[in-house]
Amino acid sequence: MGGVVAALGACAPAKSTAAAQQPRPAAATTPARDTTRPPPGLGGVSAPNADPFPSTYVVPASRATVIRNVTILTAAGPAIRDGSVLLRDGKIAAVGTSVSPPGDAEVIDGRGKYLTPGIIDDHSHMGVYAAPGGDALSDGNELTNPVTANVWAEHSVWPQDPQFPRALASGVTTAQILPGSGNLIGGRSVVLKMVPSPSVQGMKFPGAKYGLKMACGENPKRVYATRGPSTRMGNVAGYRAAWIQAEAYRRRWDKWNADHQGDPPQRDLGLETLAEVLRGNILVHNHCYRADEMMQMIDIAKEFGYKIRSFHHGVEAYKIADRLAKEGISASLWSDWGGFKMEAMDGVRANLAMVSAAGARAIVHSDDPSGMQRLNQDAAKAMAAGEQIGIHTTEDQAIKWLTINPAWALGLDDKIGSIEVGKNADVVLWSADPFSVYARVDRVWLDGAPAYDRANPASWWRTDFELGNVPLPTGGAR
Amino acid sequence: MKPATGKDPLLTLGTSRELGTVVCRTVTLIAALACLSTTSAQAQTVAITGGKVYPVSGPPIENGTVLVRDGKVVAVGANVAVPNGATRIDATGKWVTPGLINALTGLGVAEINAVPATVDRSARGDSGVAASFPVWEGINPASTLFAPARNEGVTSVGVIPTGGLIAGQAAVIDLVPGTLTDMIDKAPIAMVAQFGDPRDGGSNARGEQYARFKELLDDARAYSRRRAEFERAQTREFAARRADLEALIPVVEGRLPLLINVDQASDIEAVLRLARESNVKVIIAGGAESWKVADKLAAANVPVIVGAMINIPQSFSTLGSRQETPALLQRAGVKTVLIGNGSGEEGFNVRNLKYDAGVAVAYGLKWDDALRAITLTPAEVFGVANRVGSLQPGRDANIVVWSGDPFEFATRVEHVLIRGREVVQPSRQDELMQRYKTYPPVYRKP
Repeated sequence: MGGVVAALGACAPAKSTAAAQQPRPAAATTPARDTTRPPPGLGGVSAPNADPFPSTYVVPASRATVIRNVTILTAAGPAIRDGSVLLRDGKIAAVGTSVSPPGDAEVIDGRGKYLTPGIIDDHSHMGVYAAPGGDALSDGNELTNPVTANVWAEHSVWPQDPQFPRALASGVTTAQILPGSGNLIGGRSVVLKMVPSPSVQGMKFPGAKYGLKMACGENPKRVYATRGPSTRMGNVAGYRAAWIQAEAYRRRWDKWNADHQGDPPQRDLGLETLAEVLRGNILVHNHCYRADEMMQMIDIAKEFGYKIRSFHHGVEAYKIADRLAKEGISASLWSDWGGFKMEAMDGVRANLAMVSAAGARAIVHSDDPSGMQRLNQDAAKAMAAGEQIGIHTTEDQAIKWLTINPAWALGLDDKIGSIEVGKNADVVLWSADPFSVYARVDRVWLDGAPAYDRANPASWWRTDFELGNVPLPTGGAR
Repeated sequence: MKPATGKDPLLTLGTSRELGTVVCRTVTLIAALACLSTTSAQAQTVAITGGKVYPVSGPPIENGTVLVRDGKVVAVGANVAVPNGATRIDATGKWVTPGLINALTGLGVAEINAVPATVDRSARGDSGVAASFPVWEGINPASTLFAPARNEGVTSVGVIPTGGLIAGQAAVIDLVPGTLTDMIDKAPIAMVAQFGDPRDGGSNARGEQYARFKELLDDARAYSRRRAEFERAQTREFAARRADLEALIPVVEGRLPLLINVDQASDIEAVLRLARESNVKVIIAGGAESWKVADKLAAANVPVIVGAMINIPQSFSTLGSRQETPALLQRAGVKTVLIGNGSGEEGFNVRNLKYDAGVAVAYGLKWDDALRAITLTPAEVFGVANRVGSLQPGRDANIVVWSGDPFEFATRVEHVLIRGREVVQPSRQDELMQRYKTYPPVYRKP
């Protein structure tokens, strides 16, 4: 887990999945009378702060592509054997046992191979803890105050981090970049596509909602041991104090947005972010290991009227999986990272399978640029551990842990995370069953455009940093 | 996300064998502990029959038998007669291998890394030198981390000190329940040192670090020649304390290898120069850029302990990290030992060694070479191949029976024998999973 143990917390409302998928019109905050500012965009925020760093990503032009004779794990239903998929204009245009390719389409034979949706990691610190590391690139934890809701991870992201192309080459097409877990409230996350760009804006997923990172337990109380919070009860007092302020701020602004009487209230970047959480426009990602602390965070969310979208790390999620299912909170988990600190002692390898079987959304996350490249293997370990205690997980279920479930956690399950007509054409061609240790990523398409081809090293994305510094790993033993 | 089936899978039972594995472990815990506390009583004959046997020291044997008596392997082959009264383990359709050896771990001396009271892996030392530190003296046989490793097929581990310029002395232990004396295979196996960023080892530049190594080794040699004068305070001042110089004597005499953590290609070359100039045996560990100097390592007959999981230039010393390294080393003729170097592989995940081997295969290492790299090769490198690492007569009966390919995730460990005894002991994690398999959890038995 890198030098710094990452923490996330998300809390997202959503009475139902369907509701969560829709961009919410932030009714009370829509600046209907303020024509001088653009309205909040998708994933935008309150009127005074509507999307000030907008995405500049543009879907690249691409040739229509058909991948056929391939086993498709769709994450939307049963696997399709000997299936075909048509990628056109950045979207999945057709999927089934056969599709009729347009005359100009590139046709790829996937015999013996597997096709999955692009992998989505909802917990990464790429860019904010960039390789090759060191103080100069350590930009993920603003450890100057236990509540730093005012910071945005995107302002730390270095687009030249060599971890980005490695994620892509392992099948990851979308990642949520989070601030670290040193603070009670660490700041805003950003959702990125794994594409080269000189700016983070060029990597930002258009329309993606922001997330808010929160963290429980040992990390904040260790970081702030001398100034406080130094205890878990201090942590909880800290969250509650922040939400009390946020609620007052939200009321002030909602009132002014409604009546525009007098000068607008003074802006506060941190409270603005928290108010957006209370309005349901920012999704809460909550780093929390222990079951008892997760239960307390659920009560805090209820006290202040927000929802937790995902508990991250959650090594004890299996102890309260029934409650997570009931509350509609997802669990972003490792298969077997644990034991490295007191609050991680009770990690079990069947956690994902147990959470999934209880009806909660299970997500394989990484918090680590190396583990991120093997999220499929992490899922396979959890499947096997589940079998050992009598919980059978099919590949059709397990693929969801890597794709549609994290897409939901990011509020993007209407755009990515499954191979269905109309979804973004983010797909991965694997050399073998992705739940085998021997499987390699052969090719990746992102928005329908070729993004990675293992057989063609000249085409590999290499960041500026890598030029001259990092040898191209070709000429390997095969 | 819905449960897999219409019904609540938590209420469904697994196959009888799946259930049997865990339940049996739980039920027999106390009995197992009682019986394992007497590890010296080993008058027992076990025959593992019908499996695909990988002795590693020789070619695989279809439908083979491994015969074990009094804790040792006594016969391996396709036509081995099973004596009357032998305990039979039917391995038909299964794979049988030596117990796996994870060469670089902190098992037993690092329980919870963030709780210093449970970590005894790094000595305070003297100016970065802790050559006299016998890390094994801190091993806690009650560690909860032995069971997860053992239950997944790891039967021996290297216990390696860390930190400073010279970290201390390493050991190889078997994960056999019992006392420290029962567990130790060999100690010391190596003197552990770091030749990475010199600032981590108390120097400020690579050349300074090189000179310190030279000075320490020279002084150990001088000390060994002039012990009597040293005792009478008739020598010049040496670069290390007496106990540390003493501990370095086997190194300068070539009897104990220097296991050096080093990544950058130029640093590896410096280590090779040091080994030549000071006439010491070295083992390279880490070796992120070892592939760049594979031919030189092969020519110098220097083994490399390396992983297959990292392709990220995590530091300026590891810019050339790549996952094909084990395959490239093996191809160049370097004696290659595989370790886990995925994040979080220490402690809790010593068990993941088999997956590191699988990934190495995916990146070009031959399957047989990968198995050797986690069994016989580490045993050879650490000088314990006369006891562990292969299935041949006279070796300790550290044996694993697998449901299939050991490197695959879906494969289960069916039996683990250490020194001829089946070790059946659930981990904490097994017990937790049983407790929370249904909601509400069962905290008390009626």
